[in-house]
Amino acid sequence: MKIKPVSNPSNTYNKQILKRFLKHKPAVISLIFLCVIVLLSLLAPAIAPYDPNRTTGGFSKAPDVAHWLGTDQVGRDVLSRLLYGTRISLTVGFLATLISTVIGVVLGLIAGYFGGWIDMVIMRFTDMVMSFPYILLVLVAAAIFGPGLTNIVLILGFVDWPGVARLVRGNVLSLRETNFVKSAEVAGMPKRYILFSEILPNTIAPILVYATSVFALSILDEAALSYLGMGVLPPTASLGNMLNGAESLTILTSKPWLWIPAGSLIILLALAINFIGDALRDAVDPTATR
Amino acid sequence: MFKYIIKRILIALPVLIGITIIDYAIMSLAGSPLEMLAGPRVSEEAIANKEILLGLDKPVIVQYFIWIKQLLQGNLGTSIKSYQSVATMIGSHIGPTLLLMGTSLIVGLFIAVPAGIFSAIHQYKKRDYAVVTLSFVGISLPGFFLALLLIYVFTVRLGWLPSSGMTTLGTDGGFLDVAKHMVMPVTVLAVSVAGANIRYVRSAMLEILQSDYLRTATAKGIGRRRVINKHALRNALIPIITVIGMQIPTLFGGSIIVEKIFSWPGLGLMTMNSILNRDYPVIMGVCLLSAIVVLVGNLITDILYALVDPTISYK
Repeated sequence: MKIKPVSNPSNTYNKQILKRFLKHKPAVISLIFLCVIVLLSLLAPAIAPYDPNRTTGGFSKAPDVAHWLGTDQVGRDVLSRLLYGTRISLTVGFLATLISTVIGVVLGLIAGYFGGWIDMVIMRFTDMVMSFPYILLVLVAAAIFGPGLTNIVLILGFVDWPGVARLVRGNVLSLRETNFVKSAEVAGMPKRYILFSEILPNTIAPILVYATSVFALSILDEAALSYLGMGVLPPTASLGNMLNGAESLTILTSKPWLWIPAGSLIILLALAINFIGDALRDAVDPTATR
Repeated sequence: MFKYIIKRILIALPVLIGITIIDYAIMSLAGSPLEMLAGPRVSEEAIANKEILLGLDKPVIVQYFIWIKQLLQGNLGTSIKSYQSVATMIGSHIGPTLLLMGTSLIVGLFIAVPAGIFSAIHQYKKRDYAVVTLSFVGISLPGFFLALLLIYVFTVRLGWLPSSGMTTLGTDGGFLDVAKHMVMPVTVLAVSVAGANIRYVRSAMLEILQSDYLRTATAKGIGRRRVINKHALRNALIPIITVIGMQIPTLFGGSIIVEKIFSWPGLGLMTMNSILNRDYPVIMGVCLLSAIVVLVGNLITDILYALVDPTISYK
């Protein structure tokens, strides 16, 4: 191995990660795919051919030149709804992941760093929440607080933090024994500084990897909930509630444009995010056996 | 060893108490049963009487202990829709769910364990990537969508499999009929179990393949097949025990949606219907039951793990 003089070590570290990530071909393709989808959904207002909530054609018409993916049961353009629906689904997934990650990170940091009875209380609480099947808690919360965009983000976010909390706590416990944290303690640094400036940056990588899988799961959960009518409510389109009508036999058999596009997009998005997460795991921790 | 088991049970106890508190808190959040009772034909006097009868005029903490006392006597409350006791309802629906979950778990593991081991043995070869990619597809397929696809192919197009219920109406079922009804729901659940576990089994196997004692075994020259089949496989089975414990909550959650789509007459369908009907006593009974099952499942897994793996520390 050649040793080069290093001017900015963090830069080369990032470069190494990037290099290892780029070796993972499915992940690179996934990343490009995800970027394209995100861009398209962000540009929805500019590129969508129609208003997603307005009747613009006949009912349940097959795809043609005017409506590339056909129209739905009340004559709305499926392509426009798909663009806006992707936007909603990605937003729900992202915000829910953000909330659960922040809660998990804060609780995990506190439990791992302070230890003792604080750790005991937080971890036992984590055990309690984890004992309830995740989907059951989400469904019950959706029944109590009612469906809707904001509620579904909050529910998914507030139910899915225990995994992150456990992960962060474990990392903090091992980081606490490292010399650089001990030296910061000896130097008399305030605890808040040690927690957020010494420990947190060194546990970011595994958190990010975990967050990608939570992101994929949140998108799948939003889809399932909206499909059941307990998530994002129509007329707002989401990938899940676009599949609402697919249960009916006529739609399933003779109107595939009403369920194949949204269904495949959910699968492809989840698949792409999972691939990216996996490559990220390899890239930040090349010693792990996956 | 005995000490470890006792300690593990002692840790589980406060969690159990916490679970009942969370369960009760959710029930209180959902609103008082009086609101559900209230209506144009119910007088205020009757509601006041009912309040005293149900003990709702007492402080919340006292109410919680009354509820716990009833729980310990096996009284989970009464459904506000069907007026049946929740315990009876759970009892009559749990059989089909256990059948569905058990079969799916076995099928899922029968796919995941060989696939994971195969993948680990052929690490970084095309075969390995193929298996890993398939496992990604497994975790990325939403259960409800896979269910729709299966119904489309096997019920609508081919007409091979029934899409709802547990037995054909008008018949008393029989083994073959039930098996036919089980194929699709079990497939959906087993795919998610397999998808989630292939990579877990694979990394457990990889870790073992890199261990010193296997290097020794290989160095002795006893042949690759014997090294893998005799030395590696046995040790790879240990982490798989924990996998089974981890599946319980996921399977239970998955069965709620799967049972709803396939109208499988189990606990999941009952739960989904009571969620849609806002039948809180039933929901809370199911929540409590499932949380306790998960807790006990984890406890048993931990103890089994300690029994099988002598290197674990019993501090």
